Amino acid sequence: MEDKNNIALSVRDLKTFFYTNNRCNKAVNGVSFDVEKGKTLCIVGESGCGKSVTAATIMQLLPTLSRIEEGEIKFQKDDKIINIEKLEKNGKEMREIRGSDIAMIFQDPMTALNPVYTVGFQISENLKYHTNLSKKEIREKCISLLNDMGIPLPEKRVDEYPHSYSGGMRQRAMIAMAMACNPKILIADEPTTALDVTIQAQIFELMDKLKKENDTAIILITHDMGVVAELADNVAVMYMGNIVEAGTADDVLRRPTHPYTKALLESVPVLGRGKNQDINPIKGSTPDPYNRPIGCQFAPRCNWQTESCDVMPEITQINETHQVRCHKYEQFFEKYK
Amino acid sequence: MKKEILKLRGVKVHFPVQAGVFNRVVGHVLAVDGVDLDIFRGEVLGLAGESGCGKTTLGKAILRLVEPTDGEVKYISQDDDETELTSLEKKDMDPFRKKLQIVFQDPHSSLNPSFTIFGSLQDPLKKFGIKSKEERRKIIGDLLEAVNMRREYMDRYPHEFSGGQRQRIGIVRALCLEPELIVCDEAVSALDVSIQAQVLKLLMQLKKEKNLTYLFITHDLSVTEYLCDRIAVMYLGRIVELCDSEDLYNNTLHPYSEALISAIPVADLDKQTKRIVLEGDVPSPVNPPKGCPFHPRCPKATDICKTEVPTLKKYSTNGNEHYASCHLIDLPEIS
Repeated sequence: MEDKNNIALSVRDLKTFFYTNNRCNKAVNGVSFDVEKGKTLCIVGESGCGKSVTAATIMQLLPTLSRIEEGEIKFQKDDKIINIEKLEKNGKEMREIRGSDIAMIFQDPMTALNPVYTVGFQISENLKYHTNLSKKEIREKCISLLNDMGIPLPEKRVDEYPHSYSGGMRQRAMIAMAMACNPKILIADEPTTALDVTIQAQIFELMDKLKKENDTAIILITHDMGVVAELADNVAVMYMGNIVEAGTADDVLRRPTHPYTKALLESVPVLGRGKNQDINPIKGSTPDPYNRPIGCQFAPRCNWQTESCDVMPEITQINETHQVRCHKYEQFFEKYK
Repeated sequence: MKKEILKLRGVKVHFPVQAGVFNRVVGHVLAVDGVDLDIFRGEVLGLAGESGCGKTTLGKAILRLVEPTDGEVKYISQDDDETELTSLEKKDMDPFRKKLQIVFQDPHSSLNPSFTIFGSLQDPLKKFGIKSKEERRKIIGDLLEAVNMRREYMDRYPHEFSGGQRQRIGIVRALCLEPELIVCDEAVSALDVSIQAQVLKLLMQLKKEKNLTYLFITHDLSVTEYLCDRIAVMYLGRIVELCDSEDLYNNTLHPYSEALISAIPVADLDKQTKRIVLEGDVPSPVNPPKGCPFHPRCPKATDICKTEVPTLKKYSTNGNEHYASCHLIDLPEIS
C-alpha cells in the first residue's frame, strides 16, 4: 500500500444503515479497505454480515430505505480521484462509472438476466451507453466477448434468450457483460455459489485470466474459505458489519489472529485431511442485527470472551499488511503460533 | 461381518418428456440409468456428483418417493429376511417406511408453516400406533433434547426457527420412528458454514447413539470425505466410481472423480493443486452421449470411449474393493 498509484479503490470508515419500521440496522458499520490494481480482494463472512451491502454501496445500488451514513469511497479514474459517496445515485457521473469503470457480477445469474431480451442485447446495452461503437462493431464485440468466455458457437448464441443457457453459461454471459467495457474494478458477489464445482473451476480460471491480462482489480465476495485460499491476494473477514481481520492471504490463512477467522477455518472439513480431522462448530448463531451485543460483536460466540470485550476493540496493526480487531489478539496469537 | 441393509440391482428411473397437443411422449429423461449398489448396516455411504446427475432421484427411488421404472430394491432385515420393495403394494410399504427415512435438502420448505412442530411431527407417530398424546409429546420432546433443542420448542411454529434449527427439526422428524436407514439429501448444503459443522457433528453423534446407517447425498466432496466410510460418485444417472472414502482421494481411478476433486477449493495454502478444468456442462440426460457418458468432457478420452459403454468393474487399491467404470484403468480386474 506504499504506492498510492496502485490503489484502484479506497474505502474509508464506510457506514451504511438501513431504516425499516423505525428501527435502524447498521449493516455496514465502519469498514475500511483498499483494492489494488491487478489484485483480488476477498471479503469473507457468514450470511448477513454485510458483505453484499458493502458491494452494493460501492456501486450505489442501495435500496431506498438505506443510505450511506458516513465515510469515503475514493475511486481513482485516470488521474482524478472521485468520491463515489458524494455522487448522486442516478446522476450522470455515477451512471458513467457504473458498468464501465466499476462492474458487478451478481450471485444468481437466473434472476440477474432479463428473460425477455436476448443475451446479446443485454451485453450490448453496456457498450451502447459507454462507447461510441457502431451497431455492427457492437455486435462483433459481443460475439468476441462471448467467445472469450468460452461459450460455444457465439455467433448463434448471441441471439438466444437466457432460458436456453445453462447455469454456468449464464454466469459466463454475466461476466461477459461486466467485462464489456474493460472495467478497472470488478465486483463479484458470490459468483459461483449457485454453480457446480466443475463449473466453478471454469469461472475461476476465467477470472484469473482477466486479472492477469487486463490488470483488473477484483473484489470477490464469498463465504467459502476454500475459494479464498485459491484466488485471494488480500483477504478481509467481516462479521456483523465490521472487518474483524484483514491482510494478505498468507497472513490471514496461515496466521489467523482473530478468534472468528480461526473458528471459520476450523468449522469446515478440508479435502485431503481424511476422516480424523477435527471440525469445531461455532457456538450459537449470528445475533439479531436490531439487538446487537454492546461491545465486540463476536463476543457472545467467542471462547476467549472477557470483560474487556464489552467495549468495541480498535483496529490493531500487527505488521505492515495484517490488521485485526480484537482485545485478546496477542494471547490468541501466542497460543496458535 | 458386514451385513447389507439394502441391495439395489439395476435401478432405473426414467421420466417421460411430453410435448405437442396430445402430450405425446417424445423421449425420456434417464435420471437414474441402471444402478447397482449395496448399503451395509452401520456405514455412512456418500453419494456425490454434480447437479442433474440423478443422486436425489436415486435417494427418493429407494424410499419409493418416486417409482423406479425398472430394477430391484431389496431390504434385508436384521433377521436376514429379504423383501423386494418396488413390487409391494402402496399399503404394504408402510412397515418399511418406518425403517427407511429421509432428511430433505431445504429446511425452509420441508416443514408446514401452519402447523406447530408437534403438529407436524406427531402424524407419523399416530400412524404407527402411538395412541396417547402424552406419549407422543414425550417421544418428540426427548428427541428435541437429543438434537440440542429445548423441549418447549415443539409448540412453536417453523417461522420462529433459524435454518440450522429447522434442519435439526427435520432430523427429529426422520428419527421419531426409530429408523434403520436415513437418506440425507443435501442435509447441510443450505446452511451457513458455522451451522453446517453443528449439524454434521450432530449427525455423527446420533449415528453412534442409535446405530444408524446413512446414505449421504451431497455435491460437496470435502464433507463426504469427513463423514463417509464409502463414497459412490455418480455421473449422468450411473455410478462411475465406488470405493472407500480414503481411496477416492488417494487412489482415484476415474477421470471424472479426479476432475471433481481437483475442482474443489481447499482452505489450506499448502495443499493447492492444479485445477483440472472440464470443458462444457453435464450433457442432457434426455439424450446422453454414445459410449462413455463422460467422454465429451474427459481430458483422457480415446476412440474406444466414443463407442463402447464401460461397465463398473472391480479393482483393488490398498487391499480394499474399488469399483470404477472406465476403459482406461491400468489395474488388473478382480472378480
